[in-house]
Amino acid sequence: MTADMLSQDLSLLIPELVLAGGALALLMLGVFLREDKASGLIQWLTIGLLVAAGLAALFLVSGEGTAFNDSFVFDSLARFSKTAIALVAAIAMLLAMPYLKTENLGKIEYPVLVALAVTGMVMMVSANDLIAMYMGIELQSLALYVLAAFNRDSLRASEAGLKYFVLGALSSGLLLYGASLVYGFAGSTGFYDIALAVESGSNVGLTVGLVFVICGLAFKVSAAPFHMWTPDVYEGAPTPVTAFFATAPKFAAIVLLARVLMEPFGAVVDQWRDVIWMIAVLSMGVGAFGALTQQNIKRLMAYSSIGNMGYALVAVAAASQTGLWALLVFMSLYMVGVIGSFAGILSMRTREGMVEQVSDLAGLAQRNPGLGWSMTALMFSIGGLPFMVGFFGKFFVVYAAVQADMMILAVLAVLFSVVGAAYYLRIVKVIWFDSSDIEFVPSAVSTYWVARIAGLATILLLPVLGWLVFRAYSVGLSLL
Amino acid sequence: MLANLAFWAFSGVAILSALMVVIARNPVRSVLFLILAFFSAAGLFVLLGAEFLAMLLIVVYVGAVAVLFLFVVMMLDVDFTELKQGFLSYLPLGGLVALILAVELGMIGMTWQASDQAMALRDAAIPEGMTNVEALGLVIYDQYVYFFQAAGLVLLVAMIGAIVLTLRHKPGVRRQSVSAQVGRDRKDAISMHDIKPGQGIGE
Repeated sequence: MTADMLSQDLSLLIPELVLAGGALALLMLGVFLREDKASGLIQWLTIGLLVAAGLAALFLVSGEGTAFNDSFVFDSLARFSKTAIALVAAIAMLLAMPYLKTENLGKIEYPVLVALAVTGMVMMVSANDLIAMYMGIELQSLALYVLAAFNRDSLRASEAGLKYFVLGALSSGLLLYGASLVYGFAGSTGFYDIALAVESGSNVGLTVGLVFVICGLAFKVSAAPFHMWTPDVYEGAPTPVTAFFATAPKFAAIVLLARVLMEPFGAVVDQWRDVIWMIAVLSMGVGAFGALTQQNIKRLMAYSSIGNMGYALVAVAAASQTGLWALLVFMSLYMVGVIGSFAGILSMRTREGMVEQVSDLAGLAQRNPGLGWSMTALMFSIGGLPFMVGFFGKFFVVYAAVQADMMILAVLAVLFSVVGAAYYLRIVKVIWFDSSDIEFVPSAVSTYWVARIAGLATILLLPVLGWLVFRAYSVGLSLL
Repeated sequence: MLANLAFWAFSGVAILSALMVVIARNPVRSVLFLILAFFSAAGLFVLLGAEFLAMLLIVVYVGAVAVLFLFVVMMLDVDFTELKQGFLSYLPLGGLVALILAVELGMIGMTWQASDQAMALRDAAIPEGMTNVEALGLVIYDQYVYFFQAAGLVLLVAMIGAIVLTLRHKPGVRRQSVSAQVGRDRKDAISMHDIKPGQGIGE
C-alpha cells in the first residue's frame, strides 16, 4: 500500500478518524485536568465532536467508494446513516449532561465512551467485510455495556450491565459462528466476494451461516425472539443511557442488517425473507402485547422499541429500493420521537429524585401544559396515529411490504399497530384525565427544549418529510 | 510420514486435553490441561510452517493468559462441585438440544461444498520467499490495517471500561509520591543517635 492509496482510503474515513482521534484527545484532556472541572468541558467538547463527525460525513467526504481492500464502503446509505447517528448521539449526550450532574455520575469517561461507541456505529454502517462488521459491533457493544453499568453503586444498573454483557457475548458468539460458516463456504470475508459465491450457486452452508448472522444481529436490534434483555437493561440503565440505547445503536444495527442481507446475500432473497418475516411479526407482537401491562415507563419504551424494530424489519423484508428508503425514513422519524420522549421522561423529577412510573405522569397536562402537549404529540407520533410524522413512517413501511407482494405481513403490521396504539393512548389518557399531587421540579434548559422541539417536530416535520423522502429515495437508488 | 504421525499426535492430544478441560473435577487440573491444549495447537502451527504464530501462542497464551487463569482459579474460593449440581437435572433437555444441533451440523457437513476460492486461499497460506514475521507484518500492517486499528480501539474501550467500573479512590490510602521521594534529602531521612550498649533507641 503506497502513501497515495492510504490517503485516498483515509479520505473516506474522515468521520471515523474525527471521532476516534477526538475521543483519544478528550481522554488525555480528562487525565490531565482535574475531574470536577473537566467533566463539563469534556461533555461539551464531545457534543461538538459528534456534531463535527456528522457534518464531516455529510459534507467533507467528497467521493464514494471502498477503502482498505473493499472492507470499508462509503456510499450514500453510509453518509445518511452516519450523519443521523452522530447527530442523535449528540442530542442524547446533551440530555445526559444535567442528569449526570445531579446524580453525581459526572466522570470524564462517560462522554469518551459515548464517542467511542459512536465510532463503532459509524464503522458498522460502512462495514463491507465480515471482520469489519464484527469489529464495529464489538466496539459499540463493549462501550454500551460499560455505559449500562455506569452507575456502579446502583444494584439495578450493575445487573443491567452484566445481563447486557452476558447476552451480548452470547449473541457475538452466534454471529461469529455464522460468520465463520459463511467464510468457510464462500472462501472470503469480503461482501463482494461472498456475493459472487452466493450468486454462483446457493448451498446449505451459506444459508445456515446467514441464519446465525441474522440471529446475532437480531440480538443487537433487540428483535423478538432475541429481545429478552431489552426491558431489564432499559429499566436498569441510567435514563440518558437508555435514551442513547434506544436510538443510535438501533439505527446502526438495522442498517448493518439491511446491508448484509441486501448486498452479499441479495441474490438469495427468497431464502432469508421468511426468517426476517418471522422475526418481524414476532417483534411486532411482543412489542404490542408486552407493553400493555407495563407500569414502568422505561420498560414500556423498551417494549415499544421491540415493536418498532419489528416495523423496521418489515421494511427490510421488502428487500427493495422502496423498502430501504422506507426503513431510513421510519428509523429517522422514530429516533426523533424516542429522543423527545426520553427528554420528557428525564423531566420527571420530583424533589425526592427521579420517578419513572406511568402513573407519575398523571395530571401532567394541568401541572405542566407544555410538557403535557409535547408528550402527547410524541406518543401519538411513535404510536403511528394519523397525521403525525410517525404515521407516515409506518405508512411507507407498509407500502413497501405491499409493493413487495407481502400482503399478510402488511395486514399484520397494521393490526399490531392498532394494538400498540392502545398503550400509547393509555399514557395520553394518564397525562390528560388522571390527577395526582406529584409536583415535578423544573427541568434543565436542554431537557426542556429537546422535549418541546421534538414534540413540535412531530407536526412541523411534515413538510420536511417530503424532502426526506426525496433524499432517502436517492439513497435507496445507489444501494442495489 | 513423520509429519503425518506428528499431526495425528498433536491433534489427538489437543482434542483429548480440550475434553479434559471441560470434564476435570479440579479446576486447577482444567487449567493445566488447557496449557497442554495450547502446546499441542502450537505444535500444529509448526507443522503448518507458521513458527512465529507457534511461538506467539506459547508466549502469550501459555505464558500470560493461562498462568493468569491459574492465579484466578487458585485465588477465588469457588465451590465448583456446587456449581455443577444442577447439571444432571438439565441433562435431558440440554442433551436433546445438543443432539438436534449435532444432527443439524452433521447435515451441513454432509453437503459441504467449499468454493474454489476457499482452496486457493488455503494454498496461499504460506507465502513463498519471505519469513513468517514479514508475511504477518504485511497482512496486519498493510492489508488488514483497518481491522488492526479497530481491534486496538476495542481493547482501549475494554481498558477504559475496566477502570471506570472498578477503580475506587479510597480515602486514607497511602500512595506513592514520586516528587516527595525524589525531594527527600539527607537531613530529614537520617538522624544520628548515640546509643549506649544494651539500651536501644528507646522511643
